Amino acid sequence: MLLTALCLTLLVFFLTNLAPNLEKLAKTQGNFRMADEEVTTYLANHGYAQPFLAKYGQWLGVLPGYVIKGHDGQTRAKCAPENRAIETAPRFCGILQGNWGQSSVIKKDVGTVIADKLALTGKLMFWVLVLMVPSALLIGVLAGMREGSRTDRTLSTISITTSATPEYVSGVLFIAVFASSAVGLKWFKGTATSAMDNATFENFFLPVLTIAAYGMGYIARMTRASMAEVMTSQYIRTARLKGVSFGNIVVKHALRNALIAPFTVIMLQFPWLLNGVVIVETLFNYKGFGWAMVLAASNNDIELLLGISVVSVIVVLLTQLISDIGYVYLNPRISVT
Amino acid sequence: MTDLLGWGGIIGQMMVQFAPTLIALIATFALSITYKRRLGLYGKLFDSTIGMIGLALVLFWVYTAFFAGVLDLIATHDPLDQSASMKKKLPGTPYSKLIGKADPEAGAYYILGGDNLGRDVFSRVIAGSIKVILIAPFATIFAFMVGVTLGLPAGYYGGKFDTVLSFIANLVMAFPVILLFYLLVTPEIVHTGIPVYMAAILFIFPVIFLTILWQSRYDTQPAKRNIYVGITLVIGLWLYLGIAWDADPLGLIRFPPNLLVVFVAVVFVNAPTVFRIVRGLVLDIKTRDYVAAAQTRGEGPWYIMLWEILPNARGPLLVDFCLRIGYTTILLGTLGFFGLGLESESADWGKMIIDGRKLLSANILHIAIPPALALLSLVLGLNFLADGLREESLRD
Repeated sequence: MLLTALCLTLLVFFLTNLAPNLEKLAKTQGNFRMADEEVTTYLANHGYAQPFLAKYGQWLGVLPGYVIKGHDGQTRAKCAPENRAIETAPRFCGILQGNWGQSSVIKKDVGTVIADKLALTGKLMFWVLVLMVPSALLIGVLAGMREGSRTDRTLSTISITTSATPEYVSGVLFIAVFASSAVGLKWFKGTATSAMDNATFENFFLPVLTIAAYGMGYIARMTRASMAEVMTSQYIRTARLKGVSFGNIVVKHALRNALIAPFTVIMLQFPWLLNGVVIVETLFNYKGFGWAMVLAASNNDIELLLGISVVSVIVVLLTQLISDIGYVYLNPRISVT
Repeated sequence: MTDLLGWGGIIGQMMVQFAPTLIALIATFALSITYKRRLGLYGKLFDSTIGMIGLALVLFWVYTAFFAGVLDLIATHDPLDQSASMKKKLPGTPYSKLIGKADPEAGAYYILGGDNLGRDVFSRVIAGSIKVILIAPFATIFAFMVGVTLGLPAGYYGGKFDTVLSFIANLVMAFPVILLFYLLVTPEIVHTGIPVYMAAILFIFPVIFLTILWQSRYDTQPAKRNIYVGITLVIGLWLYLGIAWDADPLGLIRFPPNLLVVFVAVVFVNAPTVFRIVRGLVLDIKTRDYVAAAQTRGEGPWYIMLWEILPNARGPLLVDFCLRIGYTTILLGTLGFFGLGLESESADWGKMIIDGRKLLSANILHIAIPPALALLSLVLGLNFLADGLREESLRD
């Protein structure tokens, strides 16, 4: 896991530190009409011209941060922000020392930016899960209860449809139907910017619904398959022959075993949801984690981008771990070995 | 000056424009249903309603792209032609031009209205379909070639080779797709030439795959083998030089560089998943008796992988192939949505959707909705088709 995170950040570091990207960074930070020599001096002054691995080591915190006397006579150090004296600055300041660096777009410490944005996205994700998981399980169980029935066919078609609709299509359709006066419903708001401080049903439901709909279909299909399999097993037949009512069979006998497979699927959906979050936050102008990622990537904000990729990789790997552990916990037949 | 068309008129006009597609579609269905008993798995598709709906939706866009791209039918206007007097006009507005002369061959109406630059939405949706139908299946085929060529030995041999490849595959899959796109598909990256190197690595796999395929099959018949391998190498390497390196010795094959980046990025994202699926299937199938029989017979490992294991894994792979084309379509839309990897004017469904989204709050719906519905129907069709195929292949 650590190795994966290291490799991925190295990759992001490599791609963002390619010469044309640095040139773009220098031009957006300085001014757009910089000549080539000015770009070179800018990059040298700000420590971008060092060898690639040295820069990576400094970001990580295993090499001492640079102290460069620039061509303009001013001395700059990685570990000393502009308002701090260089002499008092620590020698190492990488991610291992808890220093995430400085965002060049938002002009703030990357750590605080990410914490803010994660809190906003966490709120979004929480409501997505609240909406998505129960409804997906309900659809799956209802469909898998009687395989091949009309309910099954209808619900299966619905879940295929929602899982085939990418967020940017369903989002646009939802806005058009529920938020514009051309259709006339105007139940919800088309943007979620105001939901960042004050989330209400009116301004927050559409983004939540858009993300939830895409993930819902897949979980519902998994639940259906697992439910259908359980319903054909021996102990269900025994219960039926004993004379247990159908409702009791489904709720008391089948449900628990049928929910093992969907659990892992729900956990593994997280990386997908992360993708959806980026699209939906852009679509609804909700300034969370995904929005920050788009901002950082389009401005080649190296440190913010690295911070974001570290966090998202940790999220992905953590959910894989939880799904493995949870699987063992739910299914006693599988041992940890 | 003609009047605004009503909704009936709009639908009528669209039917007229789509006539070639609809005729081809009906002809295909009539022929297929008549001869469905002789057509194998394809024929069985016509036994399931959902499979038929899926096939109809997919074929609709395939025929539309074909007629529009090859025969220049269906679309009424040039997708890039702007007309200042048609900006944000409602569906069914008669075509007029403020400056310059109107193209005499162009249609009389903007059937689905004009977009924010006064271009015909209907023609742009059609132009977008050509792009999707061209890229999505080919990118998926390439991803499958890469995934299969690497997944077969990884599953069959296991060991260090498998560990390393699985690690790399997991690495790519742990990466948020959109972040990857943002890092790979930018004009700056194109300057560094990285996409070309990636293309050089990824696109050699189909050639390797086919060469090994023939070599392992006709190893004992050198005459036949030489012909097949020779043809594959000549055509394959020629295409390879043209597409990946833009160095076709005859100068016939070229690939626009920004399209190449999109293509490479999409293949790169899909290949690890295919690798995982193939590897899992091989792990399952290699314990079967017919594999043991082939091993006892003294067949080479590649023969067993390509001619014993692969054909027996075709069911799940075919289903995944359909789903993956749909997923690739979604990815292409995502790229367009973030405005990555295309010229600013070109017709692309994802880009049209995000452009139209900005006008939704101004109550102009007809710019964003048509491309959204087009993309939705194609992906939905592919999913239904996959579902139908799964149902029918389970029945054998």
